[in-house]
Amino acid sequence: MTEVVYRVEVRPRSSSGDARGEAVYRQVSSSSPECVPQQINTASVFLVQGALTTAQMQRIADEILADPVTEVATLFAPGDSAASESVNEDEHATVSEIEVHPLPGVMDPDAQAVELAIASLLDQGVAVRTGRRFELVGLSETEAHSIAVRCLANPVIHAVHTHRYHPEIFASGAPYELAVNHVAISTLDEQSLLALSREAHLFLSLDEMKAIQQAYKQRGIEPREIELETLAQTWSEHCVHKTLKSIVRYEGAMPGTKVRPGHTIEDDGAIVIDNLLKSTVAAATHELIDEGIDWCLSVFVDNAGIIAFDEDHGVCFKVETHNHPSALEPYGGAATGIGGCIRDIIGTGLAAKPIAATDVFCVAPPDTQDVPAGCLPPRRILEQVVGGVRDYGNRMGIPTLNGTVWFDQNYVGNPLVFCGCVGVMPRDRCEGDAQLGDHIIALGGRTGRDGIHGATFSSAELTDSHADEFSHAVQIGNAVTEKQVLDAILEARDNPSEQGGCLFSAITDCGAGGFSSAVGEMGELIGATVDLERAPLKYDGLTPTEIWISEAQERMVLAVPKKNLARLQEICDANDVEMCDLGVFGNQNRELILRYHNTEVGRLSMQLLHEGIPNTVRHASWSKKEEEVSGTAFRQPDHLVDDLRTLLSDLNVASKQWIIRQYDHEVQGRSVVKPLVGPDGNGPSDAAVIRPVAGSDRGLAIANGLAVGWSKDPYMMALAGIDECVRNLVCVGADPARIAILDNFCWPSCDESETMGSLVHAAWGCYDASKAYRTPFISGKDSLHNQFTTEDGRTIRIPATLLISGFSLVQDVTSCVTMDAKRAGHCLIIVGQTTTQMGGSRALARWPDAWADTSIPEVDLKQGPATAHAVSTLITSGVVHAAHDCSDGGLLVAAAEMAFAGDIGLRLDVSDLPIEGTPSLHERLFAENPSRYLLEVAQEDLDRVQTHLGDLPWAVIGNFDETTALSLSDISFNVELKELRSAWLAPLEW
Amino acid sequence: MLRALIVTTAGINCDQELAEAFQLVGAEPHFLHLKTLLAKPKRIEQFELIGLPGGFSYGDAVAAGRIAAQLMRRELYPAFVKAVERGVPIIAPCNGFQIAVQMGLLPGPATGEPWPSVAPQPIVALGDNQSARIIDKWVEVQVPSQTRCVWTAGLSADSHLQLLPIAHGEGRFMATSPSVVQGLESAGQIAIRYADHDNPNGSTDNIAGICDASGLVLGLMPHPERYTVWEHHPTWTRLPQSIRRSQPFGIQMFEKAAEHARSAAVL
Repeated sequence: MTEVVYRVEVRPRSSSGDARGEAVYRQVSSSSPECVPQQINTASVFLVQGALTTAQMQRIADEILADPVTEVATLFAPGDSAASESVNEDEHATVSEIEVHPLPGVMDPDAQAVELAIASLLDQGVAVRTGRRFELVGLSETEAHSIAVRCLANPVIHAVHTHRYHPEIFASGAPYELAVNHVAISTLDEQSLLALSREAHLFLSLDEMKAIQQAYKQRGIEPREIELETLAQTWSEHCVHKTLKSIVRYEGAMPGTKVRPGHTIEDDGAIVIDNLLKSTVAAATHELIDEGIDWCLSVFVDNAGIIAFDEDHGVCFKVETHNHPSALEPYGGAATGIGGCIRDIIGTGLAAKPIAATDVFCVAPPDTQDVPAGCLPPRRILEQVVGGVRDYGNRMGIPTLNGTVWFDQNYVGNPLVFCGCVGVMPRDRCEGDAQLGDHIIALGGRTGRDGIHGATFSSAELTDSHADEFSHAVQIGNAVTEKQVLDAILEARDNPSEQGGCLFSAITDCGAGGFSSAVGEMGELIGATVDLERAPLKYDGLTPTEIWISEAQERMVLAVPKKNLARLQEICDANDVEMCDLGVFGNQNRELILRYHNTEVGRLSMQLLHEGIPNTVRHASWSKKEEEVSGTAFRQPDHLVDDLRTLLSDLNVASKQWIIRQYDHEVQGRSVVKPLVGPDGNGPSDAAVIRPVAGSDRGLAIANGLAVGWSKDPYMMALAGIDECVRNLVCVGADPARIAILDNFCWPSCDESETMGSLVHAAWGCYDASKAYRTPFISGKDSLHNQFTTEDGRTIRIPATLLISGFSLVQDVTSCVTMDAKRAGHCLIIVGQTTTQMGGSRALARWPDAWADTSIPEVDLKQGPATAHAVSTLITSGVVHAAHDCSDGGLLVAAAEMAFAGDIGLRLDVSDLPIEGTPSLHERLFAENPSRYLLEVAQEDLDRVQTHLGDLPWAVIGNFDETTALSLSDISFNVELKELRSAWLAPLEW
Repeated sequence: MLRALIVTTAGINCDQELAEAFQLVGAEPHFLHLKTLLAKPKRIEQFELIGLPGGFSYGDAVAAGRIAAQLMRRELYPAFVKAVERGVPIIAPCNGFQIAVQMGLLPGPATGEPWPSVAPQPIVALGDNQSARIIDKWVEVQVPSQTRCVWTAGLSADSHLQLLPIAHGEGRFMATSPSVVQGLESAGQIAIRYADHDNPNGSTDNIAGICDASGLVLGLMPHPERYTVWEHHPTWTRLPQSIRRSQPFGIQMFEKAAEHARSAAVL
C-alpha cells in the first residue's frame, strides 16, 4: 500500500459554540477595526500521511482528533479537498478561507503527539502535520489575506493558504553529502574581511577578523567553514560579553564613589577601566564576600548564580533576554526565551530544579500609529510574548509569578523580553566539571535547521530586512520535551549513592551557539572530540556546520563517565528522552576536534577559541546634558481626582492582571504571597513569596526593579532600580540582609562613545548601590545593539534599560505581609522623604509642562539601606498589617492601590509629610522619590514604630476608615474606591 | 501505611504537590510513569489510593488530555476499573479529569450497572473555557448535599474559606444532553460546583467536578492539592490566627479519602 495524505477538519458542534472563533474575532476587531468580518469560524486541520485505508483514517478522526461530545470531524481523502466548499448559514455572505500551516522544518509539537497516539491506536507509524483554518464571513479574499498576515500568521514560520491545503505528499529533506569548504582569508584586505563577516552572518569586528586571519596565517592554512562559524559563535557579543569586558577609556565626570577597583586616572584626566564588568558589578560582589557575606555559593561562573538557602539547599537565579527573536516572531521568541532560561537553571552546578519564573516586557504603547516597515504592531507583540511565556511556563509546570511591563515609544522596533528562572538544588550539587574521558552526552530534542545564527544575529542591530534574512534564527519550542529532559536529569542527579550517585560530572544547556558553545565551554580546559553524524536530526540534509551551530531547542549536554552510561540510558528510556553519545572530552593538545563519519571537518585550539579574542579599547564619554526647560503651568488641585484617574490608567501604572491571570502562578503548590492579593485578587503585590522546600517555613521572595523613567541619568537609574528591587522584597517580609541581585543591561549600540559612557555610568551605579545595600550581584547578562534602522535609514534607539532582579530569604513565611489594606481604624504611615523633583515620574511624562523642578531625585545610599532595614524590622516585629512600595505614579497612586486592594476607605492628610524643600500638594502626591514605603499600622503601635524608625523621616499620612472612598483632608477630594479600581483595571483588560 | 499511586507521563507537572497532599494525610506516594504502567498494568493492584495529576500531558495536543487518554484507554482502562471495584479512591484534578473523562472512567456506568469491559465513548467533555483563555484564580465552590463522592460528601466551610484554585484553558463542563446532567444530579454524582457567581469557564450547571456512581472516582477542574496549608489561601494574611486550628478545605478532601481507604481496608 502506498503512502497517501488524508486531511481532517475538526470544528465545534453548533451546540458547543466556537469560543476560539470568538476570541479570534475579538483579536481581529481590536487590531484592525477598519476591516472586521461579520463572523469568524475556526477549525483545526490535521494532515496525516501513511499507508492507511479510509476506514482506518475515519477511526483516527473519530477517536483521536475529534471529541464526540463537542466536535465533529470531516475527513477528506486524497484529492477530495479541492471540490468542497465552505459551509455558511448565510448563503449571501462571502466566505474567505485562510489556512495557516507551519513552514516545512518548523517545530510542530502537536503533530508529534498525534503521531504517538496513532501509533498506539493502529500499531502503525504515520507522519502528521497540523494547521488552523479560519473562515472569515463577509470579507473579500484580499481583505482576509491582509488580516491573516497581520494577526493570524507570521510569514517567518507560517505558510498562509487561501484554500484548503492538502498536499499530495509531505516535503522531505535529501541526504547530505560531505563537502569540506575552506574559506580563503589569508589574502583578504580589511574591506573584504568585513564584507565576509557581514555576508556570512559572522558579525565579527575588523579586529576580530584580523586576529583570526593572523592565527591561520601563522599555521599556514586557511580556516574551514565550521571553524570560522565556531569562532563567530564563541566570540559573539551574546556569548562572551565583549563590550562589558573590554578596556574602557572614559572622558567626563564620574558620579558617586570616587575610588573604584580597576580604575586608573591617566595624565589627561581620562579614566581607564580594565574590564568594565569585573571592575564594577563583579567587584562589588567580591568585595562584599571579602567583607564577610558568606552565603554566596557560586557567582558569575555558572549558568546562574547560587546562594545558600538553608543547611541543605542552595537557590539559583538567572535572567535572560530574548529581544531580537521576539521582534521577528514574538510567540516563539518569548517561549524559547523562557525555555532557554529554564535550561540555564537545569544546567547550573549539577542541575537545579526550576521552581519559579519571571518575565518583564518592554514594548511600545499598543496604540502606536507610526509602526515602521519591518516591525510588528506593538499590541500583537505584547499579546504574543505573553502567549509564548504562558504556554511554555505553564506546560513546564513552573509558576510565573513576578514581572512587569514597561511601555515606551522607542521600543517599537526592538521590544525587550526578559525571562527569569529560579531553581533549588542540594548544596552538594552546586559545582561540576567535565573530566578527561567523560562522554559528551546530548539529551532531549533533535537537531534541525532552526535557530541557526541566533547568537550572532542577536549581537547585531535589527533592520527592516531582518525578518527575511534571519527567519532561520527563529525557533519554536516544545515545552513538554524540555519537561521530560528535566525529569530525566533530576533522576540522574539524585541517583542513589549506592548506585553510584550523580551520574554526570558536568552539565550545561545548548543555548546560543548550540553544541559549539556548550561543548566548547565544557571542554575549554581539556579539549573535546565530537562525531557530528551521531546527533539525532529532525530531518535529512543538515551539513556538519549546521548540526554544530544549530540552536534547536530543548537540548542539554552532559559530561558522563563511561561507567554511568548504561544507567543514564535506562533513565532516559523510562522518561522517553532521546540520548546520544557525541564523543569524548579531553584530548592531547587541548583541541576541539570535529569529525563527520570519521573525516575531520574542523580542528581548533581551545586557546584560540577562548583566549584569542582581541581585547579592544572602547571609548566612552559623558558630556553635561542640557537642562530641560521647566514648565510653568502648574497643576491645580481641582483636577486632582481626574489626575489620579489618569495616572492609574497610565499603562505603566495600570493593572497587569490580564497577563498575570494567564500564567499558572500556583503550580507546584508552593505559593505564599501571590502576584495578586486582596479580597478580590486585584491588589498588585510588590513581590512573590514561595516555599522552595516542602514542609519548611523558610521562604524565598522574588521581585524586580526597573527605572526606565530615569534612563537619561543611567547612574541614578541603576541606584533607583536596586532601591526599588530592595523595597519590593522588604515589603513582603523578606530579609534585606539576604538579598542577592542580577543585572540585565539592554542598551542601544555602544559603538558611539556617549552611549558607551551611559553604560559605564550604569555599571558604576551598580557597583555603588550593590555595595551600599550589601546586595551582591550573582549573575547578569547584557544585550547590546538594541536599535532598529528603518527603511529610510532612521535609527530608533531603545532607552537605556537596566533590569534589576532580586531574590531574598524570608525567615518565616507565616509572618509575610501583603499590600492590601486590612482594617478601618488603622493608620497609614510613610517612611522616606519627598522633594520637589519630578524627574522620572509618570506625572512628568504625562504633564511635561506642569512642573518647576524636572530634575531626577537622588537615591541616598546611606538612608536608602537604613530605611530598608528599619522597615524590615518593623515588619518582622509584627506591627505592620500592610506594606507597599511607593513608586510608579507616586504616593497617591500607591495609597489608592492599598485602599482599593483591601476595599477599605482611606482619608489622607499629607500636611505632615516628611519633605525637603517646599513641594506643592501635587508634588507631594505625584513625585517619585526613591526609598519610600507606605505601611499600615495600628494607632496603639505608633510608639513602637517610632522606636524602630528612630531618626528616619516618617509621618502618619492618613487613616483607614469605614467609608468606601479615598479622600483628602482640607480640600474637596473624595472618590469612590471602585471608580479608582476600574480606572486602574480597564486599560489592559484585553 | 496507605500507598498512593501517582501516574506521571510526558507533560504531567502537578505530580509533586499531589504527592505532598497524600503525604500530609499519612499516605506514601509512589510515582509510576505511564510507560511502566502500560508494560505492567498489574502494578495498580499494589495501591490503596490513586492520583491522576494535572499538567499538560503530551502538550495537550489536539485537546487537553486527548493523547494520554488515547494511550490509556486500551490497556489501562480495565486495570483502573478493577481498582474501583476493589474500593480504591481515585482523584483526578484538572488534566487528570480531562484524561479520566476521555479514557472512559467518568462518569462511569449508572448505579447498579457493571463497568463495561472496554472503555465507553465519552458522554461528557471539558471544552474550551468560554473566554477561550487560560485562567488562574481562586473560586468559591460548593459541595452538593446529596453527593455520594467519598472525597467531598459532608464537607462544608464558611464561604470565604471554601475556595479552590483553578488554572486551566479547557475546563468547561458539557454533556451530550441535558438528561445526562440530570442523571448525574439525581444519582449524587455531582461532586462539587462553582458558586453561582464564580463559574470561571461557562460550565453547565456550575459543575466543577463529578464522581462515578460508587463515589470513589473524583474528577474536578480545581486543584485541592494546592490548598493544603493556610498560606495557600489567597487572602491568608487577612485571616485570624484562630483559623489555624482547623484544616484548609483542600486537604480535608484528602483526609476523607484516606479515611475511607483505611476503613475499607482495600488491600
